[in-house]
Amino acid sequence: MAELGTTDDVALRVAGSAADLDPIIQVRHLRKWYPVQQGFGFAPPSHLKAVDDVSFDVAPGRTFGIVGESGCGKTTILKLFLQLEAPTAGQIIFEGEDIARMTAAGRRRFRRSVQAVFQDPWASLNPRMRVADIVGEPLEIAGTMSRRQVRARVAEVLTEVGLNAYQANLYPHEFSGGQRQRIGIARALVLGPKVIALDEPVSALDVSIRAQILNLLVDLQKQRDLAYLMVSHDLATVRYMCHDMAVMYLGVVQEAGRVRAIFDKPMHLYTEALMSAALPAHPGLVRDEILLPGEVVSPIDPPAGDVFMTRTPLPVDPNNRWAKERPPLVEKEPDHWVVETPWSLTSSRSGSLSG
Amino acid sequence: MLAHRPAVGVSAVDATVLEVRNLTTEFTTKWGTVRAVDDVSYSLKRGETLGIVGESGSGKSVTALSIMRLVPSPAGRIVGGEVRLNGRDLLALSEGEMTGVRGREIAMILQDPMQALNPVLKIGDQVAETIAIHQGLRGKALLEKVIEALRHVRIPAPEARVKDYPHQLSGGMRQRVVGAIGIASQPSVIIADEPTTSLDVTIQAAYLRLLRQLQEEYGLGIVFITHDFGIVAKMCHRVAVMYAGRIVEMADVGTIFDSPLHEYTKALINSVPPLEADLERLPQLDGQPPLLHDLPPGDAFAPRSTLAFTPEDASVRPELVEVEPGHWVQLSRPSVADFDRYAHLVSYG
Repeated sequence: MAELGTTDDVALRVAGSAADLDPIIQVRHLRKWYPVQQGFGFAPPSHLKAVDDVSFDVAPGRTFGIVGESGCGKTTILKLFLQLEAPTAGQIIFEGEDIARMTAAGRRRFRRSVQAVFQDPWASLNPRMRVADIVGEPLEIAGTMSRRQVRARVAEVLTEVGLNAYQANLYPHEFSGGQRQRIGIARALVLGPKVIALDEPVSALDVSIRAQILNLLVDLQKQRDLAYLMVSHDLATVRYMCHDMAVMYLGVVQEAGRVRAIFDKPMHLYTEALMSAALPAHPGLVRDEILLPGEVVSPIDPPAGDVFMTRTPLPVDPNNRWAKERPPLVEKEPDHWVVETPWSLTSSRSGSLSG
Repeated sequence: MLAHRPAVGVSAVDATVLEVRNLTTEFTTKWGTVRAVDDVSYSLKRGETLGIVGESGSGKSVTALSIMRLVPSPAGRIVGGEVRLNGRDLLALSEGEMTGVRGREIAMILQDPMQALNPVLKIGDQVAETIAIHQGLRGKALLEKVIEALRHVRIPAPEARVKDYPHQLSGGMRQRVVGAIGIASQPSVIIADEPTTSLDVTIQAAYLRLLRQLQEEYGLGIVFITHDFGIVAKMCHRVAVMYAGRIVEMADVGTIFDSPLHEYTKALINSVPPLEADLERLPQLDGQPPLLHDLPPGDAFAPRSTLAFTPEDASVRPELVEVEPGHWVQLSRPSVADFDRYAHLVSYG
């Protein structure tokens, strides 16, 4: 079995990567530790380990989903991905080049190619700017087009996201939530990006609007071979949108692989617990809720061993290697990776029940 | 299939605790007078959960505020109808009498527990305030009652937690404190306005389970306001779907999911991606939720319907009609399946 996260083997195959597709972005051993001062002065410095050794690939035409509850590190990954924060360690490799070592020209190319759509279209659009300026701003900054070209391009993009070109002269408050999110998508598209980061793109929208926006994103991806990195807390949305996914807990990927494989057969107890807690689509559907004991522990100085150790319903042997040392992701089946310890697998739960 | 989910603890007698009749609430805005709640009627039994489902602007939250008589004044006012809580018309009470009812007989749990709690007061003191007001307890007896209330909402180590401030608790625990305040005086009805939207899935599941347990213990009637049909499937006995200030369809939860009649109800249920299956394409309802100051005359849903509305169909304000016992639907020719079967029930059929 291959191990991931402990070696720097160049040929490592990464959770969620599709062997037949060249990834456009490779994330390798990404870490973000925030130093925190606890108490007064003399205590040794602590670290809030928001993201701790995360690796994945994003390929053109595919969506990689990151799911997890608040505090799992999914938003921090997006910030690192968008270069809004600098990683403590690890690399983000864009088209074969480490972005930390890029030249200024390379960075400009990266910024043009990687865009984002944010969760809250009320907060993410400047209320004092007209739609034309919101959507056209990235073009103005890029500085390669004349005024007239910018205006024409804005009109074109607005039409593509299902708005009317004449609406370019309006302000954000004149639009409903769904239309605002379309404006956000238009802004992300205007430079012709290759990758779009989606931060809970529909969770702030009305239910009847969500399907419109999800379908629009799917269509745009197909037309332009876009790579998406999507962060969500909603498993059903991930199932509909994503091809590959990672389930995170406390800054660490617990399970990763093809979406269908994970939904058909979750291997990690945490994944199974998340699925069991999801709301049913029908009142006749009653799931056996799997309750994890305890509460999410603080990401400040998390356990040196398996981070899931304090939440598992199974007994933990304190002398086990993985109680002291961080267990790796193991490829249990082709393209299906999971943190394997005696207390983390769904198969060990059923084993302990029948035995 | 679940045809009927019986309410818990209902005795043979008709145990209606809350009855809303023809409630109508208006707001004065810069666009003129808008009708946020338009002739809404429903009832709630002891031990029953009624889901009120709708999108923004559907009037679901204003209905709740109207029942609590907390509609922001002077912009908003209740212009008609009755709200009977245990037989008493709340709209006829004086403000002083209503203060005694609010929190004691009917309580509300809001979406954001951080806004509902005072950040500079210890949680014990905040729970104590309600108990002191409604039950007149003090000192040690009050503290015991507070700890008991926190224990009821399954807050671990309540003796220690009473001294905590809201920011020291997790989101799920904060929402439990709000719940403790809500049930401290053992009200007969709780109005829960999207109480779990800000919570994580596992915390949400635990909180919903707690609400159900409390309902069983106290026979609480719950009005659950939500935009999420998943919550409805999990929690509710009956459902009212609202659109543009009116109820478009109301039935028991099994009927709503298995044989909805109105196009809007069907579209809302189908536009949620399923967890259990792959889906080639998510069915979508086009258009936007309507703006209350700019409602189409007649059938407010007509502009979003995929079906053929003639101008004449669209100009008729559809009546809410009981087509089967307990199954109410706004009858409009194009958007209701099997309309001809029910056409005799409406005058314009």
